[in-house]
Amino acid sequence: MHHFKRLAASTAIVLCASAALAQDSITVAIQFEPPNLDPTGGAAQAIDSVLYANVFEGLTRFDADGAIIRGLAQSWDISDDGLVYTFNLAAGVTFHDGTTMDAEDVKFSLDRARAEDSTNAQKGLFAGITDVTVIDPLTVQVTLDQPNGSFLFNMAWGDAVIVAPESIENIASNPIGTGPFTFADWVQGDRLELTRNDAYWGPAPALASATFRFISDPTAAFAAVMAEDVDVFVGFPAPENLPQFEADPRFQVLVGNTEGETILSTNNKMPPFDNLLVRKAVAHAIDRQAIIDGAMFGYGTPIGTHFAPHNPDYVDLLANSQYDPDLSRSLLAEAGFPDGFTTTLKLPPPSYARRGGEIIASQLRAVGIETEITNLEWAQWIEEVFTNKDFGLSIVSHTEPMDINIYANPDYYFQYDNPAFQAVMEELNATTDPAGRSALLAQAQTIISEDYVNGYLFELAVATVAKAGIEGLWVNQPTAAVDLTGVSWGN
Amino acid sequence: MIRFAAGRLTSLVISLIVASIVIFAVIEVIPGDPAAFMLGVNARPDTIAALRAEMGLDQPVIQRYFAWVAGMLQGDFGTSWTYKTPVSDLIADRIWVSLPLAIYALALSTLIAFPAGIYAASRRGGAGDTAIMGATQLGVAIPNFWFAMILVLIFAINLRWFSAGGFPGWDNPFQAIKSLTLPAIALALPQAAILARVMRSSLLDMLGEDFIRTARAKGLTQRQALWRHAVRNALIPVLTIIGLQFSFLLAGGIIIEQVFFLPGLGRLIFQSISARDLIVVESVVMLLVFVVIVVNFLVDLAYAAVDPRLRTKS
Repeated sequence: MHHFKRLAASTAIVLCASAALAQDSITVAIQFEPPNLDPTGGAAQAIDSVLYANVFEGLTRFDADGAIIRGLAQSWDISDDGLVYTFNLAAGVTFHDGTTMDAEDVKFSLDRARAEDSTNAQKGLFAGITDVTVIDPLTVQVTLDQPNGSFLFNMAWGDAVIVAPESIENIASNPIGTGPFTFADWVQGDRLELTRNDAYWGPAPALASATFRFISDPTAAFAAVMAEDVDVFVGFPAPENLPQFEADPRFQVLVGNTEGETILSTNNKMPPFDNLLVRKAVAHAIDRQAIIDGAMFGYGTPIGTHFAPHNPDYVDLLANSQYDPDLSRSLLAEAGFPDGFTTTLKLPPPSYARRGGEIIASQLRAVGIETEITNLEWAQWIEEVFTNKDFGLSIVSHTEPMDINIYANPDYYFQYDNPAFQAVMEELNATTDPAGRSALLAQAQTIISEDYVNGYLFELAVATVAKAGIEGLWVNQPTAAVDLTGVSWGN
Repeated sequence: MIRFAAGRLTSLVISLIVASIVIFAVIEVIPGDPAAFMLGVNARPDTIAALRAEMGLDQPVIQRYFAWVAGMLQGDFGTSWTYKTPVSDLIADRIWVSLPLAIYALALSTLIAFPAGIYAASRRGGAGDTAIMGATQLGVAIPNFWFAMILVLIFAINLRWFSAGGFPGWDNPFQAIKSLTLPAIALALPQAAILARVMRSSLLDMLGEDFIRTARAKGLTQRQALWRHAVRNALIPVLTIIGLQFSFLLAGGIIIEQVFFLPGLGRLIFQSISARDLIVVESVVMLLVFVVIVVNFLVDLAYAAVDPRLRTKS
């Protein structure tokens, strides 16, 4: 009995203590667990979701709206020919292990990412760098082989964060960065903990600690939020439950956009899709709103080209591919397929693909195109569809920001080879003035829309469910990130 | 007894060798290149080749098989490709969730099934028997993941007695056991239903045997005969089922671990298969096979202990 009393008393103390502490600690759930904690060594978005802006920082960074702002570089000068970038680094920055962050670390990070044996998943970001020179501890100069209008944007990616030679060896399990939070603990399979970095060089974050949990099952996600086991769920996986949270005063629901252009990927080299008329027929056979309503429960913005609608340079080209089954049938007849044809539709695991695939299959059937649906795991999808190009149609969301340049690569899995488009991209790379870039981006969007390279469906939405009162969460996902720098419990 | 055990041991070793070959071969033919998967869609071919070399995937198959087996014999399960930590550490962490969960569920299932089965057998045809058999019918038919969701809905979301999932670690044993309670119940009830039915029918078979009639003729009541003579003899088929159930509970918690987001072995396998962390999949599956085979071996020995005839037959 004594024991029980003592236990009850200590439990009460623990409960009171956690209630008092709740104001500066937070539990954030995301769907997938990071496979390791090295943002410079893998493609998994979950790595950035946990670490970007929290633990690691780059020369530049994305803000909540996707704009490129200062990071560890406080200012920069670009030479007139656009080839030399001189970065002035913030002073007094230390890594979490106490070592100083200086120009040598920047040189180390960039040289490591572009090295021969680099396993950086976005090595292309560093492709144009010919030299990185340390001028003094707070100044570093990067030389490019040709002008690159996206260079500052490239340096904002999670794959381009600054790491230190002293801590690189164990980065995958013990990440040491310069950010406002330090890595504290990772119970693999369950949770990852961050604590505030009191030596942070920038403004101190409001939160003293944060716990990330990983809940992939949509039903379990719903239960965890409803039972208030988690305070925030970023990327809530069950859109059908969102109205219930919206109606519940305990919660707030934030629906924002991502950089995910969801497309009906089309194999442009494979007959009959090598025929523009066929691709145009497919585009007109698709009712985007039905897919958004049916597969995404209404969350998503229709797109008419491969570009994010919230980007100021977006051009509305939906008119090129209005839903018109009659037109679609006549285009098919004109292309020599009055009775339609049969093709494959290979679907990766996300629900936008699996649910959307069923709807698209029935819409295509209505104009005479039969599809054989195959469900694939991601690893299979990458091998069969992406690497071996063994597919007719697929559905996938291209989540990398500003990735219209993939259309300039004729070997990319949808195999679009148009020298006119490639020339526009080359010109874009060499253009640094904003007006010129806007015009070229508009031209690029129009070319791929009028070539009907892929079926352009919708921009993927992201939903965040949080307890009422939590402030400062990102609504949009300009890059995969749960930036906790400005998050607080409000008052 | 020693010859019997030695014979069983030989078949145990052969089973393990065959299992290791089958597991390795199956993993080998799963489509999807692990390196390409890890690096994603923007990776360059030279980057993928660099990673393949780093993971040792450029070595011939036979060489990799023997390296794997030789490593395991020395207790080295290799290093996870995605987590970059030794597989044995991953297993050591996860087993402290899966093993207690399996034991907890097995204990619950036995605690429910034994009294229910014995009671039903002793009241054969009566109202209690009918009620218990009806309940077990339902228990067998309900899928455990669905039952798990119902438990979460009632006890986590509405009543708030339990959290909806997760595992706080063993630093606080009370919280740890509490967090395993709903999963254990979800796993245990369908198993208890099966076990109770086996217990009942096995007891009823025994009650028809000659030795029970003899016991009754000596003056024991039906209930005394059941408790003193039938229950012990009815245990052989029940032990078999318990052995199978333990293996199922240890390996088969995959779905329950997903529903309650528990960091157990099942979830480790699930994550590793989708991430193509093949070295983890191979080693964990091999470990589970090892446990299943050893449990069966122990059950065989337990038979021999319960039934002396088995010893002499071999």
